[in-house]
Amino acid sequence: MDLTLVGQGLLSGLLFGGVYSLMAVGLTLIFGVMRVVNFAHGDMMVWGMYLAWLLATRAGLDPYLGFPLCALALFALGWAVQRGLVHRIVDAPHEMQILLMLGVALVLENAALVAFGPDPQRVRSELRSATVWLGPLFVDVARLVTFGVALTLTVALWLFLARTDLGRRIRAASDNPYGALVIGTDVARVYAVAFGIGAACVGAAGALVSPILPFQPAGGLSLSVASFNIVIIGGMGSLLGAFVGGLLVSLAESLGAVFLAPSMKELVSFSLLIVILLFRPAGLFGKRAT
Amino acid sequence: MTAPRLAAVAAVLVLAALPSVLSSYAVTVFIFIFFYAYLGQAWNIVGGYAGQLSAGHAAFVGLGAYASAMLSARLGLTPWIGMLVGGALAAALGALIGFLGFRFGLRGFYFVLLTVAFAEICRIVALNTEAVGGALGLYITFTGDPRHFQFQDNRMYYYVALALMLVATGIVAAIERRRFGEYLKAIREDENACEALGVNTFKYKMLAMVVSSFLTGVGGTFYAYYLFSLQPNAVFGIPLSVEIVIRPIVGGAGTVLGPILGSFILSPLGEVSRVYLSQGSWSGLHLVVYGVLLVLVVLFLPEGAYPAARRLLARRAR
Repeated sequence: MDLTLVGQGLLSGLLFGGVYSLMAVGLTLIFGVMRVVNFAHGDMMVWGMYLAWLLATRAGLDPYLGFPLCALALFALGWAVQRGLVHRIVDAPHEMQILLMLGVALVLENAALVAFGPDPQRVRSELRSATVWLGPLFVDVARLVTFGVALTLTVALWLFLARTDLGRRIRAASDNPYGALVIGTDVARVYAVAFGIGAACVGAAGALVSPILPFQPAGGLSLSVASFNIVIIGGMGSLLGAFVGGLLVSLAESLGAVFLAPSMKELVSFSLLIVILLFRPAGLFGKRAT
Repeated sequence: MTAPRLAAVAAVLVLAALPSVLSSYAVTVFIFIFFYAYLGQAWNIVGGYAGQLSAGHAAFVGLGAYASAMLSARLGLTPWIGMLVGGALAAALGALIGFLGFRFGLRGFYFVLLTVAFAEICRIVALNTEAVGGALGLYITFTGDPRHFQFQDNRMYYYVALALMLVATGIVAAIERRRFGEYLKAIREDENACEALGVNTFKYKMLAMVVSSFLTGVGGTFYAYYLFSLQPNAVFGIPLSVEIVIRPIVGGAGTVLGPILGSFILSPLGEVSRVYLSQGSWSGLHLVVYGVLLVLVVLFLPEGAYPAARRLLARRAR
């Protein structure tokens, strides 16, 4: 085994981990606040990718400049899904929530199929062809920028939740919805904002990887599974866990791709999911097991 | 004979007589209605009655289908026996998934993920195993020999599918009447309370899972020998699992007639969109409709169509 190859795999895994972290932070925020698992998470990400593709092909906007627009659009989608659908069943049995979100996922995935067709797409970016050398390893500038932006967004979200009034309300509603209601928080609004932010995270993540990762409507599920993997490893509802978990899972997957056939990458992540479900359902940073 | 029983006998007689008046295409539509009602009924045992949402039942269809097709191609074993072997293999996989899920206490969302993960692993393994055809899948040569589960006449498939649906429905009806059915419903409603009352919930959930996966695996043989081709993405994929789950949920999960009603509502819909929309860019449209239906059912009709229809009829009668 060529050591540079392993190093290359580790490096690209680490860089891709920034995107994974951003995806997972969005998912864990939604779960932490509402105890609702967003089964449509990966499909929302695919929509973020297609929006970036539309912006690039129709308006000539590079995804690294257009990603805030994608995040904004996904915020609106998340807000609408929460207000129109999830809000009605926040207190319903878990099975109902799961089925509802599966329905949303089906609609999003197949609406993308109808709108864009089944063939894989990739967005052109100016940065795509540039590479820099780090000692014996080379790095795509695109990957580097993706990593940097994803990391910045995650940290910004963290600061927002920790420092601003609305962010504190979101954390309060997440800790104790009833208590938050008692002290006069508009819980309904906080829920909608949280769902919107969660979706915006994954929308931005989608736009940021759209020049790196070929995407197609059917890819939503494996992105959802990657997000589930990460938040379960990190502990459902834990922001720090989602962040660290994103880097870990990405590293594991890229090592899997180095040592096994690339087609086995998905096998690694699904196997990982089973192992985590069985042995560490509360995750590394989880507060409670559900 | 009671009125419901009389109605059931009449319905079966009508269904048995139908092929002589139906067009060949309508027979095909009915075959899909029966077959998906059968799969939905099998899912109903563990997903509807026991409330353990499996979103990976396609794994059992695929395993059963591949098993009987391979046994027939390699060893010349007739699919009539192969379907039982396929069912047994599916039951073994079901037992493994059930054991892991129930022993490790995975509920709700976690159990859903476990079943999805197993189905996807089966799909990826089938895709990458050249011995079972890899990504190309398996093709079955048409002989039209009933000993090989192949029929010249489409109407024979109609009767086989009808028989499958009736057998599964009979099994579900028998489960519901027995204590086993009551235990399953109790587990669905409140597993902790059920356990506190001394019910061995693990045992009954396992039993439900094994029966359900066995029946689903048997269905795989019908899938293989009706469609004559097995592609990993189709037969192990999430879309098939969705097809299996959605009929009992729309029709009424945890009721004897719900999966059948759901299949009568949804299968013609899927068939119409397959015929008229699968060409060109509209191939995903019927799944969009499924998604919307799923959302609407959860929001407005959480018990499904059958219980709602029954209530409506009872109110009429009064």
